[in-house]
Amino acid sequence: MTALAVETIGLSRRYGRRWALSDVSLGVPEGSVVMLAGRNGSGKSTLLRVLATALRLDHGSARVAGHDVRTERDFVRRKVALLDHHSFHYEALSACENLEIAASFLGCPSDPSLLARVGLEARADDPVSGFSAGMRKRLAIARVLLQDAAIVLLDEPYGELDPPGFELLDRVISELRARAATVIMATHLVERGRALCDRALLLEEGRLAWSGPASEMPTETPSVSAAP
Amino acid sequence: MSPFLAALRKDLLLQWRTRSQLVAVFVFGASALLLFSFAIGPNAAALRQHAAGFLWLALLLASTLALADSFESEMAERALEGLLLLPADPRALYYGKAVANLLQLALLGAGLVPVMVVLYDAGTARVPSLLGIILLGAAGLSAPGTLYAAMTAQLRARNTLLPLLLFPLVVPALLAAVKATSLLILGDPMGQLAAWTMLLVAFDAIYWSLCGLVFERVVED
Repeated sequence: MTALAVETIGLSRRYGRRWALSDVSLGVPEGSVVMLAGRNGSGKSTLLRVLATALRLDHGSARVAGHDVRTERDFVRRKVALLDHHSFHYEALSACENLEIAASFLGCPSDPSLLARVGLEARADDPVSGFSAGMRKRLAIARVLLQDAAIVLLDEPYGELDPPGFELLDRVISELRARAATVIMATHLVERGRALCDRALLLEEGRLAWSGPASEMPTETPSVSAAP
Repeated sequence: MSPFLAALRKDLLLQWRTRSQLVAVFVFGASALLLFSFAIGPNAAALRQHAAGFLWLALLLASTLALADSFESEMAERALEGLLLLPADPRALYYGKAVANLLQLALLGAGLVPVMVVLYDAGTARVPSLLGIILLGAAGLSAPGTLYAAMTAQLRARNTLLPLLLFPLVVPALLAAVKATSLLILGDPMGQLAAWTMLLVAFDAIYWSLCGLVFERVVED
């Protein structure tokens, strides 16, 4: 039986009085590539941020790489890399300096070749403030690769990327699969997700509406009762 | 490299890249000193009498701008959150930024001294002691200032809230710094300088230890 990289039981999270996630129970096997689908506001980003320990959960439990996200936050963070809507970079610093800073906190040497891998070698010494949204996303991908994490959470990774960027990301996901990393990717690009992912999770109004093989994911989302 | 040194290096690099803001803050502090001198009028003795107080008031006002700026870059693309998720030790991040802010405020204070000497005719022969008091006073501003700047960085009313929260807390350190500076400028016939300096050191120790403990609660969800 394959061990679970991510397991949640009754996971709930609210913003003020609105429940963004309600009673979400799921399991993601180690080494699998999972698509997280759902409409805008369905809770995809919140779920990824809770699993990455960027947000606390309000009810239920979640274990990531065998560690409780509530009580073993630092252990979880060592195992997880999050590609967020925000790039996590300092705009006044160059791409190279941003990677060096991340490397110094990770305790590993910085790898300038990562910038070449994401197509930013020519802009390595330019401040990030002059980067386009797509270039920032590429730099964020380089940072995720630097982390070399066992579990990679990608929130709308194709957003802002150009077609060569799409191909770059497809290659990155294939490489992550090849080294048996677990990938959970929130995306609206369902056809691309079906082609890349083993499994799919469908969120609707903060609840898990469907889960199964990615190739069988329904186009029309089944209705679920409203979140409390 | 230790996490603290990594954080300090990061913050010093950020300050260097945005050094034009420090110039603007210095001009603001110098302008405040000039305006305060207008309130006293052309009375050389009174100007000299109040010079220490006005120096620290100018530094206090300028410090709120510098401290608020220090978290702008952390919040723009959620860079601070990104470091916490690596994971970086929150205490290392706090002390790195607080030390970088201390150096910036001490530099600012040292830069304002010549302005004070010119405007208030308030020089002292004990320049190393004056710089030492400025360093200790800047430490008393930077430790709670860094904490409150982090606390208010994501609020819309941060520019109002930061001074509202910071000023009452730093009053004891500010009083000690003003008194010690005044004794250096006007003379110390009763030998009180050591006592005021010790008081300043004691408040610095309290601020630096407590704020470091609280920072994690401020920056984590």
